[in-house]
Amino acid sequence: MSDANNTAGDANEVNPEKDLSAENLPGQRGQGGEEIRVQRGMFGANNGGDTSGYGGLVRSVRLPGPASRPYGGWFDEVADELEGALEEQGLLPDNAIEKTVVDRGELTFHIEREHLVRVARTLRDDPALRFELCTGVSGVHYPHDKGRELHAVYHLRSITHNRLIRLEVSAPDGDPHIPSLVSVYPTNDWHERETYDFFGIVFDDHPALTRIMMPDDWQGFPQRKDYPLGGIPVEYKGAQIPAPDQRRSYS
Amino acid sequence: MSTSHASPRETTEGTVYTVTGGDWDEVVQSAARADDERIVVNMGPQHPSTHGVLRLILEIDGETVTEARCGIGYLHTGIEKNLEYRTWTQGTTFVTRMDYLTPFFNEAAYCLGVEKLLGIDDQIPDRATIIRVLLMELNRLSSHLVAIATGGMELGATTIMIYGFRDRELILDIYELITGLRMNHAYIRPGGLAQDLPPGAVDQIREFVKKMNKNLPEYDKLATGNPIFKARMQDVGYLDLAGCMALGATGPVLRSTGLPHDLRKTQPYCGYETYDFDVPTADTCDSYGRFLIRLEEMRQSLRIVEQCLDRLQPGPVMVADKKIAWPAQLALGPDGLGNSLDHIKKIMGTSMEALIHHFKLVTEGFRVPPAQVYTAVESPKGELGVHVVSDGGTRPFRVHFRDPSFTNLQAMAAMCEGGQVADVIVAVASIDPVMGGVDR
Repeated sequence: MSDANNTAGDANEVNPEKDLSAENLPGQRGQGGEEIRVQRGMFGANNGGDTSGYGGLVRSVRLPGPASRPYGGWFDEVADELEGALEEQGLLPDNAIEKTVVDRGELTFHIEREHLVRVARTLRDDPALRFELCTGVSGVHYPHDKGRELHAVYHLRSITHNRLIRLEVSAPDGDPHIPSLVSVYPTNDWHERETYDFFGIVFDDHPALTRIMMPDDWQGFPQRKDYPLGGIPVEYKGAQIPAPDQRRSYS
Repeated sequence: MSTSHASPRETTEGTVYTVTGGDWDEVVQSAARADDERIVVNMGPQHPSTHGVLRLILEIDGETVTEARCGIGYLHTGIEKNLEYRTWTQGTTFVTRMDYLTPFFNEAAYCLGVEKLLGIDDQIPDRATIIRVLLMELNRLSSHLVAIATGGMELGATTIMIYGFRDRELILDIYELITGLRMNHAYIRPGGLAQDLPPGAVDQIREFVKKMNKNLPEYDKLATGNPIFKARMQDVGYLDLAGCMALGATGPVLRSTGLPHDLRKTQPYCGYETYDFDVPTADTCDSYGRFLIRLEEMRQSLRIVEQCLDRLQPGPVMVADKKIAWPAQLALGPDGLGNSLDHIKKIMGTSMEALIHHFKLVTEGFRVPPAQVYTAVESPKGELGVHVVSDGGTRPFRVHFRDPSFTNLQAMAAMCEGGQVADVIVAVASIDPVMGGVDR
């Protein structure tokens, strides 16, 4: 069975040379990239018979993977300076920087969480880097990315050098702790409270990590993927329209 | 406790005795301890001068604010979560409601993000981009008009409030003509625009520019040199460059410290690098400087609007890729805007494939390759950033808005503590927070 599937997969492998619209197809990354989920079936239907015929569909969802040198443009300069500055502090860059991703003209450093504060401080203070403005933190929940379910994503802007980079830090669901960046970027105070409120990421050493949007006694973390959207079916022109999270899903 | 002298190592003139004796600090501290006038006051969330449902928690000693904190979240509507359950196109309907005074900026930032994910950012037709810029600059005018009008009203200046809303009404009329709505437009869509400009729009905008060029000096005459206005605004809500950087404040708050940071100049999007305009700054770091900047930005926006009108050439307003372009052949019917009758006749009567295509695109939407991007636009309040993550599906996996109102509002404590209670209102008004954007 699995063999059959594999051969079918190979046969359907997109050939970018031939298929000009290959970039629009969802499975284009093939084996490259970082798998965050395996999608089976379609329309969100996973019980009952396979009436649609889509039940056997297997799709690997992959985010862009690590890039190799040269990254292009000023990316190499920033990466060199960061690695050099970390080395000066006696920190092996490979220990701090998990991987570097270049995608869609944006540079992302995946940072080990225990080194986040030091990396951020270096990025802020080093004259060659000087990322003085942090635009806050955004949480992302990848429930199927085992061991790295919760991601905190920071965008740092350098007004001095007119650059923008992204830092990404992950934490497992069972131990949702990420060090707080408030001591480096005070602007993250509210942003981290918001991310805690919605994702339950605990930012260690935050001065007052409390809920900010939801009521203080709220249960659960609303923007996690396992937290339901809620809603009730409504009647429209005689038909029952299901609540938004109950509607057919193509994702 | 401070030392009473500076040691020879710290000076070039030997030991220098300073006048900050330890006694004085002790006297002040014990006076503060003995004082029982300290009270905690809740201003809002239903206070007329707090810009919507914002709760300010002030610790007051007499007329002095010793500590100030914000309570927010009263307007949280879960827009980011809701986006994860709609198609990429439906997303614009939600994001336009975030900061409801800058709908076109929300839509544009979101759509630029989706287009970057799709990799079609260079395929957006010129006409669509120019209309986006046109609407964003009109929106900058209307947002600043509200900021100045409500800011004036909170000082008791009702005339400037009437002026501001009078002129904003002219802009809302233009919105209504173009999009059908005064707010919540959902007019900018991934790939382009929902529809082209209607006949008469360009003329009406030209008329408006003419009128606005006449009206703008009235604000100068009324407020800029007004001694009461200046007395209330100058040196109030002080936040310098270091404070702005630390607190992430952008927009007029940052530019009032003298730093000409404007994403339209530093990281141009939508072809802003080809427009001729200036970035006004002030060096006062206070509310008055922010007022002057907003006033000048409105003049600059009018310049950009005029340039947009001159550049408009007939052409498509949606990408050519039929897999993305929503079949937006819209027309105005007796029951409002909807699919044009010609289009319905075609898909229902003659082309089954067109019907299937229409149905798929409307119900299922288009797929966006898995990746993440961050796009930012310079909204009237500062850097409006959008972090969009796709998992390759027809719905956003995660959309996060970095709203400038949210970030700038954090600076409230730094601006207000140590000042007068009456100045809190001026300082908050100079940040121009909109709670729809703060709470999302």
